[in-house]
Amino acid sequence: MKTSERKLHIEKGRSFGIALLPYSIWSLLFIVVPLIFVAYYAFTDNSFGFTTENITKFFTATSQVDGQEVRTYLLIFFRSLKLAVISTIICFIMGYPIAYIMATADEKKQRIMLVLIMIPMWMNFLIRTYAWMTILQDTGILNSFLSVLGLDPLHIIGTETAVIIGMVYDYLPYMVLPIYSIMAKMDYKLIEAAKDLGCNSLGVLKRVIFPLSLPGVLSGITMVLIPSISTFYISQKLGSGKFFLIGDAIEGQFTANNLHFAAAIAFILMIILLICMALMKHFTNKAVNGGGSR
Amino acid sequence: MKKYVLAALVSAAAVLCLAGCGGKSEKVLNVYNWGEYISDGSEDSYDTVAEFEKWYEEEYGKKVTVNYDTFASNEDMYAKISTGAVSYDVIIPSDYMIARMQKEDLLLPLNFDNIPNYKNIDESFRGLYYDPDDKYSIPYAYGVVGIIYNANEVDPADAVGWDLMWNEKYAGRILQFNNSRDAFGTAAYRLGLSVNSTDKADWDAEYAELMKQQPLRYGLVMDEIFNLMESGEAAIGAYYAGDYFIMEEAEAENVDLRFYYPDPTNYYIDAMCIPKCCADQELAEIFINFMLDHDAAVANASFTCYASPNRIVYTDPGYIDEMGDEAMEILYPPMDDFSALYNEYAYRNLDQDTLNYINELWEEVKIN
Repeated sequence: MKTSERKLHIEKGRSFGIALLPYSIWSLLFIVVPLIFVAYYAFTDNSFGFTTENITKFFTATSQVDGQEVRTYLLIFFRSLKLAVISTIICFIMGYPIAYIMATADEKKQRIMLVLIMIPMWMNFLIRTYAWMTILQDTGILNSFLSVLGLDPLHIIGTETAVIIGMVYDYLPYMVLPIYSIMAKMDYKLIEAAKDLGCNSLGVLKRVIFPLSLPGVLSGITMVLIPSISTFYISQKLGSGKFFLIGDAIEGQFTANNLHFAAAIAFILMIILLICMALMKHFTNKAVNGGGSR
Repeated sequence: MKKYVLAALVSAAAVLCLAGCGGKSEKVLNVYNWGEYISDGSEDSYDTVAEFEKWYEEEYGKKVTVNYDTFASNEDMYAKISTGAVSYDVIIPSDYMIARMQKEDLLLPLNFDNIPNYKNIDESFRGLYYDPDDKYSIPYAYGVVGIIYNANEVDPADAVGWDLMWNEKYAGRILQFNNSRDAFGTAAYRLGLSVNSTDKADWDAEYAELMKQQPLRYGLVMDEIFNLMESGEAAIGAYYAGDYFIMEEAEAENVDLRFYYPDPTNYYIDAMCIPKCCADQELAEIFINFMLDHDAAVANASFTCYASPNRIVYTDPGYIDEMGDEAMEILYPPMDDFSALYNEYAYRNLDQDTLNYINELWEEVKIN
């Protein structure tokens, strides 16, 4: 009995090995190798000699903003981070309740809501961003609607608000879906038990639902924060080119034929994000396992 | 173990099949061009690629398949070609990029025996700076930058030179290019400086000019300009002459778009070249020659709305009739000496030091 079980287990593992082969080749060719190239370019100069100049330039380059000297790329980075964090928080505040409602609805409603969340994703995000331009413009759909209602027009396009609206709209599904998939598998007997033992709804949310959904929240945050920190398309279109984000900086270096510095910015951005993710993972593991190690 | 072998065999067979298809029975031509830059059969237009395939088979008795790819910027195209990762037979980059690619030995000299239609290219398009001996490139289209404004909002009396783009009367209504070279170019032309200067003081002066314009700008845009000008969302912007017609056709009811050329202004040329990675140079040259033939050349010029350097295009009565008087006047402004204007005001490939400096200044413009 025992030996046959073991055999089954091994065979399972082996067939997985073959099934993983295409993806392994894919990720090696298109993820690992390019990453090595990015790192290689980041630490070399135009004649491919080793240098750390590109990295130090990121932290030391200065320029004049409103008559004050600032660190160019640190400023750009923190501006991008600010917009990305705001969008991520809004996505979380909006997405978490949606995910919970979806996960606790009956199956038919769940399916409908899932489709409603997914439908916008079937359309290319470039087109959706362009559509937001026509909605938010001074002479756009929103303002024509407001004027019909006799309200004052809003100036949104070209402001931070417009960029954040674009990011939230584009990335909200990436927050909802991972949280939903974790919540759908949650053991609801635990919630009932907590209620039976006299916990109020806020307590249930705080002590049971939220900790159980943390892995979903973490991947949701990751999936929203990373694309929104590196976007340049949304800021270009909805920010009327007035928001220069870290993605723009990389693109600008690329067009100026400065591949090595472009790679260095990308490399530093990746390292910073990896550190953020590792820290977040560390703290969520602690929270999920009640401080124990995993 | 057996399974691995089988999987390996299957994938090897798949790869071989993919690679083998097309190689034996028919010829393949890989063309790499700007997006929306060829008459592609949409909206009942002439389908250049299909027509070439048909014509080639009739003429040479062999099948040819054209793989047509597009790029969004010269730099994207350059990045692909220079790594040698791809193989293209015909590319259509812009002038300064041709100069750079030629310098880096990425282009093949053309065999003009296979391109007899080159005789139709106007003489003003010979001996230009990016290809002084006319060895590597054949002009496909050219453009001149002009200023577009909404006459319902802007007094036509103000529409003179580059000053309109710095006119405080229209604060918040002005669009500037969202790329460093074009943006600095507008300032350089206004100040009477060279767009190809290697003197940092010139670029500093242009930077100051762009900063002066900053509070007056609606934003920095590229292709968003279409939507913004057509809807009346913005009132003034510089762009290419050909694109003005597209905006004018789509303008909203309360918008009256007009166009004029400031002096001096920018000229550019996109030209057909054969990169070093070309697999079949003769076929590539036959294709280039086909592109210069009456039907293809006229169809492409009227599809893209850009001016053609091809004599048989701009003297074709059908083409003149289709474009209309206004468009012909704007697209083909009377120029005494195109090559002199072009050689003076077109963007050239700058050295890396200057490029870096411009980029630094541009970042400063953008973060302010």
